[in-house]
Amino acid sequence: MDFNDSQQEAAFRKEARDFLEANAEKRSIISDKPSDKNPQIAVAGAPETVKGGKEAAQEALERAKVWQKKKAEAGFAAILWPKEFGGYGGSPIQQVIYSQEEHDYLVPSGYFEIGIGMLGPTMMVWGKDEDKKRYLPKMITGEEIWCQLFSEPSAGSDLAGIKMKAEKDGDEWVLNGQKVWTSGAHFADYGMIVARSDPSALKHKGLTYFYLDMRTPGIEIRPIKQISGTSNFNEVFFNDVRIPDSQRLGGEGEGWKVALTTLMNERLAVGDPPGLDFDQIFEATKELEVEDGLAIKNSEVRQKMADWYVQSRGLQYTKFRSITALSKGQTPGPELSISKLVTASKMQDVSAYALELMDSSGMVHHDQNPVLKNLFQNGYFFSAAMRIAGGTDEVLRNIIAERVLGLPQDERADKKVPFNELPSGKN
Amino acid sequence: MNFDFSDDQKLLRDQARKFLFDKCDRKSVRTILDDDQLHYHKELWSQISEMGWTGTAIPEKYGGLGLGMLELCVIAEELGRSLAPTPFSSSIYLFAEFIKNYGSEDQKKKFLPLIASGEKIGTFALSETNGTPKPSNVRTKFTSGKINGYKSPVSDGESADYLIIAANSDDKGNRNSLSLYIVDLNQNGVSKKSLETIDPTRPACSINFENVEAELLGEQGMAWDMTENILNRAAVLYSFEQVGGAQVSLDEAKKYSMERFAFGRQIGSFQALKHKMADMYVKIELARSNAYYGAWALSTDSNELPVAAAGARVSASDAFNYAAKENIQIHGGVGFTWDYDCHLFYRRSKLLSLNIGSTRQWKENLISNLEKRNIV
Repeated sequence: MDFNDSQQEAAFRKEARDFLEANAEKRSIISDKPSDKNPQIAVAGAPETVKGGKEAAQEALERAKVWQKKKAEAGFAAILWPKEFGGYGGSPIQQVIYSQEEHDYLVPSGYFEIGIGMLGPTMMVWGKDEDKKRYLPKMITGEEIWCQLFSEPSAGSDLAGIKMKAEKDGDEWVLNGQKVWTSGAHFADYGMIVARSDPSALKHKGLTYFYLDMRTPGIEIRPIKQISGTSNFNEVFFNDVRIPDSQRLGGEGEGWKVALTTLMNERLAVGDPPGLDFDQIFEATKELEVEDGLAIKNSEVRQKMADWYVQSRGLQYTKFRSITALSKGQTPGPELSISKLVTASKMQDVSAYALELMDSSGMVHHDQNPVLKNLFQNGYFFSAAMRIAGGTDEVLRNIIAERVLGLPQDERADKKVPFNELPSGKN
Repeated sequence: MNFDFSDDQKLLRDQARKFLFDKCDRKSVRTILDDDQLHYHKELWSQISEMGWTGTAIPEKYGGLGLGMLELCVIAEELGRSLAPTPFSSSIYLFAEFIKNYGSEDQKKKFLPLIASGEKIGTFALSETNGTPKPSNVRTKFTSGKINGYKSPVSDGESADYLIIAANSDDKGNRNSLSLYIVDLNQNGVSKKSLETIDPTRPACSINFENVEAELLGEQGMAWDMTENILNRAAVLYSFEQVGGAQVSLDEAKKYSMERFAFGRQIGSFQALKHKMADMYVKIELARSNAYYGAWALSTDSNELPVAAAGARVSASDAFNYAAKENIQIHGGVGFTWDYDCHLFYRRSKLLSLNIGSTRQWKENLISNLEKRNIV
C-alpha cells in the first residue's frame, strides 16, 4: 500500500503542475477573495457564480475563454479525447492527476465541462465525420460553448418523460416545448437536445436526439433565479424552432440510446469540487467563540467535527481506491457512487452548523459580511440545490440500491403503455 | 497510487473467508452464546492457531509467521464477518502488540511464542470504574513487586493466562505515575468473577489482585503513552472486524428483503427499505476507505497513525452500529427473535464499538490529534 505515482504518472503530474504554477493562482482554504488573475469567485462549486450583473458575467466568460485556450494549447483541456480532435489522447488516471492538481488553483470552472465531458463524447459516437471535424476542436479551445437541453418541467428525475415536440417537415424538424435547468444556455453557442418524435410509441422508444445552434430563431432563454440569488440555470422555450434533419444524432426513435451515451459520460468526479467541507469548518471553529470559549474547545462541536472528518476523508480515500484501479488500468468498482450523496448533505449540515456557531451574526448575509466572508451563508443555499441537481439524493439511493446492491426495481406504471396514454397530472 | 491490498493479501483473505465459512458457522457462534460456561470456541481457536493466524504479525524468530500488519488487517475483517467467538483481539491485537512493541528481548522470547502458537492467551485491562478511563481513575497499585487492586471489565479475562495492566508505581496519582505490568493470571491472589456482557461471544470478567507478582513492561511511568499507541494500533484492526460485520449485516438484510414478500412484492423493492440499504452501503464504503487508510498508517508506522486510527475507528463503529440495527429493522418481527441471527450482529456491533473505548471517546481522540498535528 502506498500513495506514490508511477514514473509516468509522476512525469505527467509534473507537467500539469508546471503548467498550473506558471498560469494560475493557488487557492487557500477559506478564500472567496477575487484575485487579479481570476476574479471569478469559486464558492461551493457553483459555476459562473458572479455578482455584479451582465457586464461582470461577460467579463468572467471572456476570462474563462482565455484560460480555456491556454489549457487547450497545453493539452490539458480534453485529456481523454483522441488527438485527432485536439485532445491529449490520455488515460483516465492522467485526467485524475490533472484534476487533483488543478483543484489547488483558482481557475474558472463551469463553462466547458458539459461539452467536453458529455456532449463531445456523444458526438464522437453518434456524429458524422464532418460534424466531428467542424465542432469538436472548437469545443476544446472554448471558442464554442455547448449546453445540454434534457430536463423539462415535467421530466426531472424521470428524464424519459420529456414532452418537447419534434415534428418532421420535409428535411427539417420543428421543435416546440420547453426545457429547464439548462446550465449555461445563456452563453452557449450550441446545444444538444432530446425531443419526442413519436408520442404514440412507448416512453423510451419515441425520442430523437439533435444538436442545434442556440441562435436558431424561435429559441427564448430566461434565467432561473435560485435561492442563492444567483442564476446558474435557464428555462429555454422553443417556438417553431426549425432545424435540418442533418443535425440529428442517431436514428429516429433512438434518442434515448443516444442520451444514455451522454449520461454515461458524466465525468468521474475525482477532482473534489471546491466547496465547504471539514477543513473550512475546522478553520472556522478556531475563530468563532461560543459560550465557553473557542468553538473548537467545546465538546459538542468536537463530536460533530469528528463525524464530518470521517465523511470527508472517507470520501477522499474512496477516491483513492478508485484511482488505484484506474492506475492499474482497471475499471473502478461502484464505490464512487456514494460521492455526491455524501458531499451534498455534508455541505448542508456543515453550513447550517457553522451558522449556528456564529449565533445571531449567522443571519447576516451581506456583501461586506466580515464573518468568514459569507462562506457558510452561501453554502447553506447552494447545498440545498446540490442535493437535487445531477440526481436527487433519492434517485442516487435508488441507483445504489438497484445497480450496486442488485435490489429489485421499483414497480413501474410506465413500461408497457404508449407515452400519450400515460397519466401525467397537471403537466 | 496503490491504495489496495496486494494479490497475496487478497488470496489470504479468500482462504480465511472459506475456512471460517466452513468452521465458524452460526451454530458454532451460538454454542458460545448459549452456554455460560464456555468463554470461547476452543476447537476453532486451536485450528486458527495451527494455521498461524495468531502469529500473523509476530516475527518468525518469536514463533510467528513474520507477515505484516496488513495481513493481520485482512484476517481481522474475516474474523469480524464470521463473528468468530475467540479471544483473538485481546490476545493478538492487544497483548501481543504490547509485548512486540515494548517488551524486553527476554519478555518477547518468553511470551510471543506462546501467544503465536495459541497455547496461551493474553489480554489487557485498563478500566476499573464506569466511564472513560483516565489516569486518576486508576487505583490499582504496584508496591514492593506486588500488584494490589481491581480491574473490570477485563475482556476475555477468564480465558486469559496473562494480563497487561496499568497500575500506579508511585503515590502521585498522575499520568506519569502509571506503569504497565505483565501479570501471570495463574497464581494465588488472582480472583476472577464472570460478568455477563451484551455479547456473550465476547466475554469479560472482573479481576481482583491481592499481592500478585508482576513484571514491568516498558519504561516506568509511561503506561499512558504506550497504551495510547497500542490502542491506536488495535483500533485499526478493530475497524476491519467492524467493517466485516457491517458488510455481512447488509448482505443478510438484502437477502432477506429479496426473499420476503408483502403487498404482493419483494419487500426489497420498496424504496423505504432500498434507501436504508443504500445508506448502509454508504457508511460501509466510507468505513472501509477509512480503515484502509488506517491500515496504511499502521503498516508503515506513519506518524499519521493517531489520526488515521481514530478516523477508522469512528467510521467503522458508525457503519457497523447502523448496519446491525437496520438489519433487524428490515427483518421485521423475526429480526428480534433469538432464532434469527440479526441479534448476533447487533450485540457484536455495540460490543466492538465500546471494547477499546467508546465512539465518543475516539471522536475526541480524533479531534485532539488533529489539533496536535496542526500545531506541528
